[in-house]
Amino acid sequence: MRGKSVLPKITSAILVARSAAAGAAHLAGDAVSQVVVVAREAAVRQPPGPFRPAFWRSPLRGRWLTSVLGLILLAGLPVLAITGFLSYVSYDPRLHGNDETPGANWLKFFFFSWPTHPAWLYRVNQGVHVTLGLALLPFVLAKLWSVLPKLFSWPPVRSPAQALERLSLAMVVGGVLFEFVTGILNIQDYYVFPFSFYTAHLYGAWVFIAGLVIHVALKFPKMVAGLRSRSLRRELRTPLAATEPEAPDPFGLRAADPAPPTVSRRGLLLAVGGASVLLAALAVGQSIGGWTRRTALFAPRGLSAVGPGKLPVNHTAAAAKITAADVGPAYRLVVTGRQTVSLTRHQLMALPQRTAVLPLACVEGWSYSATWTGVPLAELARLAGITRPVSALVESMQQAGSFRRVTLSAGQVADPRSMLALCLNGADLPPDHGYPARTIIPAAPGVHNTKWVNKITFLAEQ
Amino acid sequence: MKYLSRAIRAWYGASPLHLLALLAAFALAGYAVRAVVAAHQWRGFALWFALAIIGHDLLLFPLYSVADLSARRFLPTRPLVPVINYLRVPAGFALLLLMVWFPLILGLSATTYGRASGLGTGSYLWRWLAVTGVMFALSALAYAIALRRAAKREVPPARMRSSRRDPGA
Repeated sequence: MRGKSVLPKITSAILVARSAAAGAAHLAGDAVSQVVVVAREAAVRQPPGPFRPAFWRSPLRGRWLTSVLGLILLAGLPVLAITGFLSYVSYDPRLHGNDETPGANWLKFFFFSWPTHPAWLYRVNQGVHVTLGLALLPFVLAKLWSVLPKLFSWPPVRSPAQALERLSLAMVVGGVLFEFVTGILNIQDYYVFPFSFYTAHLYGAWVFIAGLVIHVALKFPKMVAGLRSRSLRRELRTPLAATEPEAPDPFGLRAADPAPPTVSRRGLLLAVGGASVLLAALAVGQSIGGWTRRTALFAPRGLSAVGPGKLPVNHTAAAAKITAADVGPAYRLVVTGRQTVSLTRHQLMALPQRTAVLPLACVEGWSYSATWTGVPLAELARLAGITRPVSALVESMQQAGSFRRVTLSAGQVADPRSMLALCLNGADLPPDHGYPARTIIPAAPGVHNTKWVNKITFLAEQ
Repeated sequence: MKYLSRAIRAWYGASPLHLLALLAAFALAGYAVRAVVAAHQWRGFALWFALAIIGHDLLLFPLYSVADLSARRFLPTRPLVPVINYLRVPAGFALLLLMVWFPLILGLSATTYGRASGLGTGSYLWRWLAVTGVMFALSALAYAIALRRAAKREVPPARMRSSRRDPGA
């Protein structure tokens, strides 16, 4: 039964491939024989639909387009990965209790003590990570579109080598989508995922990177050849009327039977680039701040966070269950070192104060700059009898929730701008910003600027 | 050595280096996943990984392809200027914005977002509708201009009509 049905299929496929190849001969040269071979193999008992090459008809798919999209991602994704890893380093995970994702110690080779200079370091890092992520999404989708026929190539496995390579591609495709989905949901506080964002986003990134490095290593020469197969300048000048399919390639990217084009390659690249600019432009204002925040229509702390006396907030006092009694006259800050001191807010106000303009930046990408006034942490350490603390454990009166305690490094405590802030922009801290007192650490991630602080423990060198 | 290399190539289908590189990648990924297993989160992790692939390749892609094909089917067959790209761009941009920001636009994360930020999600839907409306309006304007230009070009010499583009071309 099978033997009978296979034969005519192969013959017809060869005929189709030959006639297609003959038509394309002047374009393709020696690629033709490969196309015939590919078509003949593919004809063996293919299921219908997307498993047949004739199903894929877009005239724009081809090695050049895939290579261009690949090149853009090859430039952008490493920046995304590096800013992501730097974001991890910024939590100073080697300090006690700071590591949100314990385990896999060999993957922590890049750690270093996070600096406090320049103060905008974390702000820029996160702004780039989130905004670039949004900007790359259209290119990721376009790249996946350009290679989608390969998912259905038949037979699905030709050799052990190809089977393993397809498995590594599952890491690349699954990884990039997983990272984008978790990141995009997280910045909107949409915690529907059944895992910790930190764990999943970090280790998902490693799975993706492992697959991507192999993918790039295997495909880089093909990408270079693909880029050389057409002239970008000429493509950008070619209107729809003059748009032709790419030359057949041995990878099965170009359609076997391309339909007439409805858009030029230039048009497609412009649309993808336009979508990228649109997503980034409607969000980046939440990272730049100032008047640009009004332009951030689609960003969690953009236009919505603009208004008289409004500043973006990460965790409200109500959500943290901070009561009026907690912040009333009974409030005491307990500072411990060689000795323990208990201070009222009044006493804190009477200590030497320092004012600094410092940014506050969230892992979610938004940030703002404000004028903070308070007691330098070094001053509080001195009160506790320690001149050069190696670290400080800052605790919030918030009873539950992540980041209610944070360990600061020696460098962070020593920076004269690091303070226990009491005032924001010349007025008492608003409740949502940590009244009665909060820490402000230059260049530290937002959640390491603990709000509603009631205990600081300085550790001296042993 | 040469014989071994050739034997591997014959059985495996690529050079031994290909095999080693892939095994190294799997080892790295496995090592990373081990930390997820240790955190007792691997089930959800694996599920979402698979759902990400299925959701894109077998859901999102077929949906937008079918939407595009149906739109082309129901559009006028021989317009002076094909209208499809004047629909694709605003519709595609609007759907992309919705796909990225749906938790805020549809208010799905209203509770957690409200608790975190002290802000409401109500305005996002109106913004999305407004941006979508503006994009379609701009597109319509661009189409009107293109139509006018094409009409000016096409009308005077009657013999030019035969060179009119194919439907959807």
